Amino acid sequence: MKIKVFSYNTLDTPIHHMSGLSKFICFLLLTFTVMFSYDIRVILCMLVFSLWVLRLSQIRFSQIRLMVIYVAVFLLTNFVISYLFAPEQGPEIYGAKHIITVLWGRYTITWEQLLYQGTKTMKYASVVPLGIIFMLTTNPSEFAAALAGVGLSYKVAYAVALTLRYFPDVQRDYNDISMAQQARGLDMSKKASLGSRFKNALLIIIPLIFSTLDRVESISNAMDLRGWGKNKKRTWYARRRFSRQDVAGIVISVLFFAAGILVSVFINHSRFFNPFQ
Amino acid sequence: MHDISLDVMPGEKILIVGPSGSGKSTLGHCLNGLIPFSYKGEHTGSLRIAGLEASEQDVFTLSRHVGTVLQDSDGQFVGLTVGEDIAFALENDCMDLPQMHARVRQAAGLVDMEPLLTSSPYELSGGQKQRTALAGVMINDVDILLFDEPLANLDPATGKTAIEIIDDIHKDTGKTILIIEHRLEDVLHRPVDRVIVMQEGRIVADLPPDVLLCGDTLQKSGIREPLYITALKYAGVKMAPILRPGGIDTIDLSAAKGALAAWMHTAERAAPPELRPPILELRDICFAYEPGGKAVLNHVSFTIRQGEMAAIVGRNGAGKSTLTKLLCGFEKPVQGSIRYRGEDIAGHTIRERAEYIGLVMQNPNQMISEAMLAEEVGLGLKLRGVPEAEREARVKQALAICGLLPFRRWPISALSFGQKKRVTVASMLALNPDILILDEPTAGQDFKHYTEIMRFLCELNAKGITVLLITHDMHLMLEYTPRAIVLSEGELVCDAPASEVLTESGVIERANLRETSLYTLAQRTGLQDAAGFVQCFIDHERWMRQQ
Repeated sequence: MKIKVFSYNTLDTPIHHMSGLSKFICFLLLTFTVMFSYDIRVILCMLVFSLWVLRLSQIRFSQIRLMVIYVAVFLLTNFVISYLFAPEQGPEIYGAKHIITVLWGRYTITWEQLLYQGTKTMKYASVVPLGIIFMLTTNPSEFAAALAGVGLSYKVAYAVALTLRYFPDVQRDYNDISMAQQARGLDMSKKASLGSRFKNALLIIIPLIFSTLDRVESISNAMDLRGWGKNKKRTWYARRRFSRQDVAGIVISVLFFAAGILVSVFINHSRFFNPFQ
Repeated sequence: MHDISLDVMPGEKILIVGPSGSGKSTLGHCLNGLIPFSYKGEHTGSLRIAGLEASEQDVFTLSRHVGTVLQDSDGQFVGLTVGEDIAFALENDCMDLPQMHARVRQAAGLVDMEPLLTSSPYELSGGQKQRTALAGVMINDVDILLFDEPLANLDPATGKTAIEIIDDIHKDTGKTILIIEHRLEDVLHRPVDRVIVMQEGRIVADLPPDVLLCGDTLQKSGIREPLYITALKYAGVKMAPILRPGGIDTIDLSAAKGALAAWMHTAERAAPPELRPPILELRDICFAYEPGGKAVLNHVSFTIRQGEMAAIVGRNGAGKSTLTKLLCGFEKPVQGSIRYRGEDIAGHTIRERAEYIGLVMQNPNQMISEAMLAEEVGLGLKLRGVPEAEREARVKQALAICGLLPFRRWPISALSFGQKKRVTVASMLALNPDILILDEPTAGQDFKHYTEIMRFLCELNAKGITVLLITHDMHLMLEYTPRAIVLSEGELVCDAPASEVLTESGVIERANLRETSLYTLAQRTGLQDAAGFVQCFIDHERWMRQQ
């Protein structure tokens, strides 16, 4: 079931119709916008937009449940630890201090800190759906084709596709090996100490490396026999032409990008939105 | 290789047989250019392919003439979809997209893979992956097709289809076909022009099959002759090329009828094994990976008796590996019970079960994690905290049983594949299990190594260890396991002697097996009791081994 984590689905949605390269460009533009701005209004707009795109691409919650849980845990930890280390970061940035309540010593809760940390959390939260969309709707070979199309060496680009192709195989090997070793008495559960778990993991990884090396030989033979590396260039079966969706996607992303910058330059006169002054 | 002289005419269909290490794969590598491109070495003499001196060409030029379908149908599938994989050679040739797509569709059509162009390798069966590989080399419009052990990873029914596809392509396109394989009988399902037998790097025979099967070259070079030939020889029927013994469909059996019937009455047979008390009892086992999901096992019940040797067979996805997982405790049955010596083992952990059920995987490289032999075999005991003195004694004992004692100070990397297999069995035996489960113990082994492994398992079995074999090797079932348990789509469809399983057309179809040529032989000679004839053959072979 783990195999599903890395697989993309082929569905008939505008997002799936976009080429991997333009999705990547949009991803970079939108991520940059979110990362640049500390304006909660801009970021909430981006969050709503990225959730809408997530819906548009027909990704089911069951597909991403695990990822969502990891991200939520990460965000929560990040929130708490940021507060513990720098409870005064917000007042410092906004140049004001409206105390709501005092917890203990220097640990006060201020509106400024809440806004700052809330903004930061929302930033992460709005980037994650974009990443998920990119991963789950992009055909890796098509993306590799696009990367090669913009000048990246095709050998590097193909390595990306090849990794995705064989990742599930290696994962399956890992499961098999781990089963065989557990049957011999290897304890991988939480009952074992960290040190022995590490040692035990090695007992799985060594056979995994050897069986993977076996595979590498047969893959490279298969590729050589079919003319891999014969020419300086190659064409790509999965290559896609730029479509209307690509243009639309990039135009929308550029608009968001420009709007994000303009808000910072002309309205906030800074990367931060400051309602306290 | 030494003194190889060989001419292949355009449009010929040639089978190259030989045991492992006979040089047949090396010959293949010379033809497709992997030697000297990937594997260096020294060579003398001349090899010309389509008029070109091969050693002066690079692998790419040769790949325009020789298309190779490799043994590992999974490893050679480099694309993420069928279409991409077929297109791989064209992509490297920088072909334009519209033309490429048209050619891919055409090539896929040749092997009936057109509806699956967008499928990923995980959605395909072994046979479909092989068809994809075939389309991927045919797309270059090569003159020569080279198949390197095409049957190694296929179940019997798929293997039969693969041989039929190769033959159809040969007939339709007139291409030159070279098949490297040690499973002679399976390839001869469709006619070939010549069989080349290799042994220790030399060609020891280059004959049409009808002539080859009359001589004794095959036995001498460690290749198994077709079972129907063996049966006819037992019955004292004289072989001659004029009888066309090359195929079970072509052979003239008019002289054999009486002889076979007479042999059935007089053949020496081994006594059937006695029945012992049950060691494993499965009652009404149901299992699904997700609650309410598709049932992988459906009300499966059977009993394994102490000291038995049985085969569990079925096509991919029939539930064989799930059954193993349930026995070893990696998964829990949704319903039903598993009893070991009368005791329900639902509460036993994976580790506890490993003390009475040892699991040996197909690929020994997937199990071996230590560099030295003695450490590897003692690993399970070490992990259980067994004191060193006892550990050494048990390791020594396990190594002795497996015939590995002389090697106990050796690094494992210095051992052969068959010896590594023994190492993995020894590491299980060190835990003193009563039951051994082996997944495809003979996969990819030639007749000699196969016989070695199976003899060894029989010896263990004779010492009282119950052996369960997960396999789709029909010869293994016929020769070594008195009983076959057949699973199909999670249901137990047959639990009977192998002689019955392999003569029952409904079961054969559901388990992706094929009927044995012995059965065809019995039918063609009008023997009433075909299953009885097959059983007679099995018992006689067992008797021969006991002598």
